Amino acid sequence: MTTVSISLGEVVATLALVAIAAAVSFWRRADLEQDLGLAVLRSFLQLTAVGYVIQAIFDSDSLWLVAGLLAAMVAFGSITARGRARAVPGALGPIVLALGTAAAVTIGLVLALGVFDAEPRYLVPVGGMVIGNSMTSAAVALNRLADEVHSGTQQIEAMLALGATSRQASRGLVTRSLRSGMIPLIDSTKTTGVVFFPGTMVGMLIAGAAPIDAVRLQLILLWTLLGSVALAALIAVSLGYRGFFTPAHQLREAATA
Amino acid sequence: MLRGLDLWIGNGATAILGPSGSGKSTLLRLLNRLADPDKGVVSFRGRAVRELDPLELRRRVVLVPQLPAPVPGSVADNVRYGPRLLGREVSVERPLVLAGLDASFAERDAAKLSVGEQQRVMLARALALEPEVLLLDEPTAALDEDAKGAVEEALAGLAGISMVVVTHERGQAERLARRIVRIREGRVVGEDGATEGRAPGAAREAAPRSREDGPTEVAP
Repeated sequence: MTTVSISLGEVVATLALVAIAAAVSFWRRADLEQDLGLAVLRSFLQLTAVGYVIQAIFDSDSLWLVAGLLAAMVAFGSITARGRARAVPGALGPIVLALGTAAAVTIGLVLALGVFDAEPRYLVPVGGMVIGNSMTSAAVALNRLADEVHSGTQQIEAMLALGATSRQASRGLVTRSLRSGMIPLIDSTKTTGVVFFPGTMVGMLIAGAAPIDAVRLQLILLWTLLGSVALAALIAVSLGYRGFFTPAHQLREAATA
Repeated sequence: MLRGLDLWIGNGATAILGPSGSGKSTLLRLLNRLADPDKGVVSFRGRAVRELDPLELRRRVVLVPQLPAPVPGSVADNVRYGPRLLGREVSVERPLVLAGLDASFAERDAAKLSVGEQQRVMLARALALEPEVLLLDEPTAALDEDAKGAVEEALAGLAGISMVVVTHERGQAERLARRIVRIREGRVVGEDGATEGRAPGAAREAAPRSREDGPTEVAP
């Protein structure tokens, strides 16, 4: 396998481009310099720390450590998604289940199909991408769900008033929310390679891989993500809608306020 | 919203009359359990509604909302919606005619009807469940005079179904109901008309009582 070595000096040199961003912000008074600084600092610290963690896991070659790392990612991802979907009552449970299931099923399937070997070198990056994308789709879908409930209160209550269960009354909006969780990745998959080069392919090309190998790995990852994102959004909205209702099939007051 | 409300509603047509914000709509929502009171008991035919299956209750005591909220699809889809939840098929024509619409409306797109026609579709949709009680929340508030007359006429022609009509308009209360309960700021402030053998004002009593004869009771 080809390896590339990147010096800290090369990384520091790229700060020149961050300086452009800071200059733009300062010049147009966008007031983003502080955020920018924080983003640069956090990305440096977080990625460096993760780099050492991954290195340690690679060195140990322990699948248990991989499982632990992925579980931690599910936990952090769930808390982040919960923060973005604050308008959904009791969303944490559905989110944890959505991310956990999406990760377990996706990784289980790619291993079972023989796409990747059960080695930390594959499991860590693939797991990270799956969990990260699942988190985004679950959060987007739940946010949409909250919007749909708020704007559709009348319609929902009209259905409940005719004897519909909360599940029956939310069927349409659950479907629309699922769609909104799945559409961004489907769209970016459609335009991939034309409008933008996805990160994995870029990384492999820079690392010296043959373009066709880079493309194949990218396809594997994109298609894997399509599956996991759909699962995550489906589980999140299928369980998440319940937070808006009482067991007696009433819309909670917080949801209608 | 509602405080110290003690009200017994008998069979037949009853109007709840009060200004907007007086808690009229909230009261209706308690009767079919779209909401529950923080304190107090709502009973239907002698049983606390909390003990009843909420879905079954809502099919027996059907609310027609203030603003039409049709499900996407044809008028017939809307009329069939409630019964279909139970796996039941019903005649579309009968409820439409009862609601003052002729059968030719069945295949029209509900979303493209006028608000007045939609409101009658809402009524037909409720009638398709063959309810014991209709709860009408300002049934004509969104309508012009002609449409209002048509809806009132349809309501007045319904026989054998008890009605609770919430309205801010005294004229409408008088046209549609024999008994008129006036509420203000969440309390009963008086009543007019036939009171099922009870003196006017007697609906305001302190303690909840058990009555088997009437359909609906709200107590603090």
